[in-house]
Amino acid sequence: MHELGIVFHVIKHLEKVGEEQGLSAVRSVTLELGEVSGVVGEYLTDCWKWAAAKSSLLQASSLQIVTLPAITYCTGCGRTYETVKYGRTCPYCASEDTYLLTGNEVNIKEIEAC
Amino acid sequence: MESFKILEIKESVFADNDRQAAILRQELQEKGIFLLNLMSSPGAGKTTTLLRTIEALGAEFPIAIMEADIDSEVDARAISNTGVKTIQLHTGGMCHLDADMTRQGLLGLDAPAGSLVVLENVGNLVCPAEFDTGAVKNAMILSVPEGHDKPLKYPLMFSVCHAVLINKIDVLPYFDFDMEACKAYIHKRNPEAEIIPICAKTGEGIDIWADWLRQQVHAWQAPRNNKF
Repeated sequence: MHELGIVFHVIKHLEKVGEEQGLSAVRSVTLELGEVSGVVGEYLTDCWKWAAAKSSLLQASSLQIVTLPAITYCTGCGRTYETVKYGRTCPYCASEDTYLLTGNEVNIKEIEAC
Repeated sequence: MESFKILEIKESVFADNDRQAAILRQELQEKGIFLLNLMSSPGAGKTTTLLRTIEALGAEFPIAIMEADIDSEVDARAISNTGVKTIQLHTGGMCHLDADMTRQGLLGLDAPAGSLVVLENVGNLVCPAEFDTGAVKNAMILSVPEGHDKPLKYPLMFSVCHAVLINKIDVLPYFDFDMEACKAYIHKRNPEAEIIPICAKTGEGIDIWADWLRQQVHAWQAPRNNKF
């Protein structure tokens, strides 16, 4: 399952941070998910509950998800537009020569810890 | 009572895997090992194509295969019957391999210098595309019964692959598969992709695939061979 792999990566990274910074408990973890990252927030939260329970650092933590908007750039006319609304074809000039500027992110933004 | 504070992490989940993958590629270059990451949906013909590839190139390079599956060993058994070195990796429910799992597989496989190693990734067109395994090149197999519209539905997979094999061309007369449209869809997302129609069952097109793969292996191993 896709989301489980992401959760394992996050936990591995945060346990390393916890060790480096001498943290004893994490209360909340904030992830940024791009609108078209293909990661389902609900699944991620379920996986998090299951996997974080096995980590002494993270067992009491909650997962917060911030959604980042998806924006596509059109090479044809140089304008940007909302990816989710218009897809890969530019709504201004109908060019298909477009690429995603933002919206594919899966980032660990911040944690609240002591 | 200890007070909680906010710690900025600002780390992309994929960034760490990308770093691991880059390190693994460097190590492979030093050892002169070429790693191909082979992806497809379940049933597109990865194992049969591999058997044909072993037939075509087995005399030129030591070949070793890593089979990644959620469970079972059927693929590893089929491959090991050819006498080629093989290892079965179980992802334990996960839908893809990452660079760290690939490294563990390579350790277990212990392929000699100069080898061509193929990672047969988990059958899936979504997740394996997102995690760099550390492979030198990515290839994927799309089979005719899946339909020519797949490059539109799974664009990321087609954009990360250096070669796309279109398999099972022997059944083209029975399916509404538009080969030219399929090629156009792939090139729209990935102009550089090498598209090779094959039939793993009859062996048609395997020579073209073997030529492409041989070239990639030689190019990767050249810097090392030139030292001597």
